[in-house]
Amino acid sequence: MKNLVRNFIILGVIVTLAGCGMKPLKKGDGESTDKQQQDNQYGKDSTGKFSSGASLDVSSLNDPNSPLSQRVLYFDLDSSQVKDEDRDIITVHAEFLAAHSDIMIVLEGHADERGSREYNIALGEKRAKAVKQLMTLQGVAESQIQVISFGEERPVALGHDGAAWNLNRRVEILYTGY
Amino acid sequence: MLRKSILILFSWLLVNSLVHAVLTIEITQGSESAQPIAIIPFAWKGKGVPPASIKNIVAADLQRSGQFSPLPNKDLISHPHDGAQVNYQTWRSLNVGYLVVGKIQAEADGSFQVEFQLLDVFKGQQLAGYSIRSLKSGLRRTAHHISDIIYKTVTGEEGAFNTHISYITVTRNRNNKKRYQLAIADADGYNEKIIYNSPQPLMSPSWSPDGTRLAYVSFLSGRPEIFVQNIFSAKKERLTSFKGLNSAPRWSPDGKYIALTLSKDGNPEIYIMNVNSRKLTRITRSYAIDTEAEWLPDSSGLIFTSDRGGSPQLYEVKLNRYRVINRPKRLTFEGNYNSRPSVSSDGRYIAMVHRTQGKFRIAVLERATQHFNVLTKGKLDESPSFAPNGRMIIYATEEKHRGILSAVSVDGRARQRLSFKKGDVREPVWSPYKVNK
Repeated sequence: MKNLVRNFIILGVIVTLAGCGMKPLKKGDGESTDKQQQDNQYGKDSTGKFSSGASLDVSSLNDPNSPLSQRVLYFDLDSSQVKDEDRDIITVHAEFLAAHSDIMIVLEGHADERGSREYNIALGEKRAKAVKQLMTLQGVAESQIQVISFGEERPVALGHDGAAWNLNRRVEILYTGY
Repeated sequence: MLRKSILILFSWLLVNSLVHAVLTIEITQGSESAQPIAIIPFAWKGKGVPPASIKNIVAADLQRSGQFSPLPNKDLISHPHDGAQVNYQTWRSLNVGYLVVGKIQAEADGSFQVEFQLLDVFKGQQLAGYSIRSLKSGLRRTAHHISDIIYKTVTGEEGAFNTHISYITVTRNRNNKKRYQLAIADADGYNEKIIYNSPQPLMSPSWSPDGTRLAYVSFLSGRPEIFVQNIFSAKKERLTSFKGLNSAPRWSPDGKYIALTLSKDGNPEIYIMNVNSRKLTRITRSYAIDTEAEWLPDSSGLIFTSDRGGSPQLYEVKLNRYRVINRPKRLTFEGNYNSRPSVSSDGRYIAMVHRTQGKFRIAVLERATQHFNVLTKGKLDESPSFAPNGRMIIYATEEKHRGILSAVSVDGRARQRLSFKKGDVREPVWSPYKVNK
């Protein structure tokens, strides 16, 4: 199983690295925009299934090739619905957290800059809570998860167009202390 | 359509701040029904240069209101300082309805005596005349007071020139780190004072009805909490720090309660808190987002944003002695995004953020007629706030990707833009009448 994990290749898009102040980083070279291709490269084995997060040890939190390294989930406009293609990512984190009950995370909800600020704070929280619910259903203790919303106050992409807005409507999974 | 573009540049020293800032007020559109008025430069009875141009301040105030069209200086055919000197016939020929004359007298104790008269050109008589004693530091306020008197005498409505605005500015320091500032300024943008500044986001300022305090949201601790701060002493205290959201504070018209949004019980719900006892009353119960509560002027209810119907819309819940008496009723049906209500002080209008064709604009709903009117033309217009007289709405917009403030009259006829040289400016809230700085 560990070999499998090690073999994952990440061509990059947005990777949140724990050692970099939990900020998503953009990798320049080899950037892929093909969504399907990305999915296949994040922690999925040859049968297209995600490996079990429960089998991962704590060191994989600092491993950029671990499926746990994908820590940003994106949302549609006006929506707090977790996208189908993101459910596997959440499952890996949930299994890992359920197996490591001493590890805590913060789910940070965000919105794009459009619309009213207060509504966006509430929307960011709703997004983070949607992720939290999927995690707790898979055995993560409530006490392991803290939810914070910053609404539109902390964009990662500073542009004012559709591409920037897509990146800013997100929930970030932040491992406390990693 | 009468279009005016008057650019007024002023610079002034920011109190409590290291920078000189420049404020621009641009009248982007005047109203065609504006009343022509001649405001003569006030005579100066003292040594040296006059301490302030009362004439320029009054003219800018009246112009901004959209209700008046002050004559340009070159059209002022004579410069009388007293009603007795006025030759009405010559002004009548210019088709000017009103004339303002006055003088500033320097007194031995360093104060000033400002006299002015508002004259009806066609009737050839005085409509108002006052003598106001002022310290040098109070001369701008005296000029706004004169504007209020003229406005009320001619239109019959209260002016809102002697009021204030509060807003959030975001600047970057030398290390390119963001600084968030809670600011107050005169309604024309002058005399900015930073009353709180923080490395973390600040949001949602709300005036107490006596104009002495602001409630706002601060992320200083890493998550949203509500604070209340005295604008004179700068003394602040934390009002709420519940688990989850603590946001969208709005002071009740009597000042005893603050409506706010908390998600401590699961999802964002509206509560009202007694400011003295800190006792909470829960107002909404739904699985949806409920936030951005705004009081009706007689405290008979709250208007708020909710996505309980699938998209954000405005709802009203009626209150009796701060208790809920009915199920919330939906108020907006135009489009699929209406949020952040601001209610005019007479309860007649609700301004809001409205999405139309992917653009966010300020719209106003006239409650009695259900007439819905989109007032602004931007892409990201937000945070509408009524002037206390209900005639103008100040809001946040952006220009070249920078946050600036603009104002529009409730009928959409008069527009103005306030922009600051540095940083983003956002979330303006207009003060009540009673603010004494």
